[in-house]
Amino acid sequence: MFSISNIIFYILVFLSVYIQVFFLVTFLENRKNIIIRKNKIKLLQYPAVTIIVPCFNEEKTVYKTVSSLLELNYPKDKVKILLIDDGSTDSTWNIISKFTTFPNIKVFKKENGGKHTALNLGLANTETDFVGCLDADSLVDKESLIRIISYFEKDPNTMAVVPSIIVHQPKTIIQKAQAFEHFMTVFMRKIHSFLGAVSVLPGPFSIYKKKVFDDLGLYRQAYNVEDTEMAYRMQKNHYKIDDCHDAYVYTNMPGTIPKLYKQRLRWIYGVINNIIDYRGVLFNKKYGNFSILVVPAALIFMFSSIFMFSKEIYYLIHFLFLKILNFQAVGFHVFSQTHNFDSFFIPTQVSLFIIIFIYSVVILLSTLGRKIVEDKWVLSFDVVYFLIIFSVVGPFWLLKAIYNTLLRKVPVWR
Amino acid sequence: MIDWKKYLIVFFITLGLFLTALYLSNYFGNKKIDQLKAIQDKISIDILSSETQFSLLSELSCKNVSDTILSSELYDLGGKLEWGQKNLGITEEVSYLRKYYSLLQIKDYLLMKKISARCGVKSAFILYFYTTAENCSECEKESLVLTALRDKYPELRVYSFDYSTDLSAVKAMLHIYKIKDTALPALIIDDDLLTGFYSVEELETRIQESFKLQEKESKN
Repeated sequence: MFSISNIIFYILVFLSVYIQVFFLVTFLENRKNIIIRKNKIKLLQYPAVTIIVPCFNEEKTVYKTVSSLLELNYPKDKVKILLIDDGSTDSTWNIISKFTTFPNIKVFKKENGGKHTALNLGLANTETDFVGCLDADSLVDKESLIRIISYFEKDPNTMAVVPSIIVHQPKTIIQKAQAFEHFMTVFMRKIHSFLGAVSVLPGPFSIYKKKVFDDLGLYRQAYNVEDTEMAYRMQKNHYKIDDCHDAYVYTNMPGTIPKLYKQRLRWIYGVINNIIDYRGVLFNKKYGNFSILVVPAALIFMFSSIFMFSKEIYYLIHFLFLKILNFQAVGFHVFSQTHNFDSFFIPTQVSLFIIIFIYSVVILLSTLGRKIVEDKWVLSFDVVYFLIIFSVVGPFWLLKAIYNTLLRKVPVWR
Repeated sequence: MIDWKKYLIVFFITLGLFLTALYLSNYFGNKKIDQLKAIQDKISIDILSSETQFSLLSELSCKNVSDTILSSELYDLGGKLEWGQKNLGITEEVSYLRKYYSLLQIKDYLLMKKISARCGVKSAFILYFYTTAENCSECEKESLVLTALRDKYPELRVYSFDYSTDLSAVKAMLHIYKIKDTALPALIIDDDLLTGFYSVEELETRIQESFKLQEKESKN
């Protein structure tokens, strides 16, 4: 009963439940602070903001992305847009060139050098106190910018603000699974912000004070996850990152398993390697909940996935072994005794109850995230897609990311 | 900056959740044990009643007696006990129940042998000895063979015994049939000892012989 595998299992399960409970308690403590502003808001001042849009072969989406920026509910002369073509080989340049007629839009073309180089070119051309970026596959909600800026107005110590990112019109099962996941992330990031531990500044519409880059330096290549690295760098230097949950940004997500696999491989590889680079931050109470809870939680999550996955593989092999044994013994014998349903055989192990708890919390987190976005309670069946895809395919990109880390192979962007 | 008190409170909440899960698991586990006990008691009464009926009415009541033995219930109980041993944490209780189960099997075997001899009920008996103490894939294969055979021949009665059962009645059988733990799985058909793996076909011929033998005996 107390095998090593069982002990590891219970330790991991205990830690997972601990983290979930911690987040739920944080939610209950702060639930009154999660207000969704339905009416239009006014600011005391409207500071100028530069939005950098790095594009690499985004002919399908960039037009809509820029249009959504032009429709922002913010004084037009205060929104400067820099469109940067990072050496696209499709018609991206032709599309963005058309926007030069707008006085607040500037376009640049450079040789392909990676997203961080495009962003840094944008930063070099930024003259405003606030700067943000918007991935060219995302659309902003009209009210998003004004709501984000209100956070800077509310607390002058805030150095960067993250929006809520929602999957744009999920169609395929793969996208629906990610939609469920993104709702969960919306909620989690809010909780992280309450804990002062936001661990990523996503490409779609994170807004910074320009001072952050003046103080801490430009974007780095950072294993192709410059947005995670920037957050780690800011946390290390005690720069406050807040989360504006009612600023909505819609992003296009991969619609097929291979595309999803590539994207996640890049993300996880980046996260693992940034954690390695910032290992000094881990379990150092100087860096608060970020180092004691949030980053370790990511590691525990990764370790648990791999552990559970290997356990499943073990059971699968065992099952196949029994089937082979069965075949050797009696051939294709179909047993006439059909196993009638008998409540006796419903499992009642401790782990079962705990796992039911863990999954219930996962559903609860996503539902709360959706409540933040849509302001209504929706119990989505997308959880089924989410669990299947992320528990079956997830371990593969995780294992590949670890493999690549060990062999120092950087995954390609797409 | 870090709210250690919160970390501690969350720890106790998590601990509470685990203890609740443990309590629930024990609660339902005990319910299952109770269920098993109830089934065993019922079977025990049935066997005792059949035995008594058989002694009371002697040969006159062959018809009535043969219907009252509920071997399928015994199999069902066997299955549940096996599952319980694998899945319920309370091993002591389950192993006690398994001893009891072995005893019921022996009683059923003896009674059925008597009945079939006296009333000429078509039947064949296999005593099957296996082990769970060590990894015995031959035993697992043999169990599957026996299940398949039982499926095919409803008149076949298979009684299975774990070699390591700490019960004098089982030990007595091991002694009588000279079964050693190095030669498992072991089968007894018509007082013959077969050790090692036997396939469906091999056993089928034995079973049919057993039926014929019985017919002869009943004719005589």
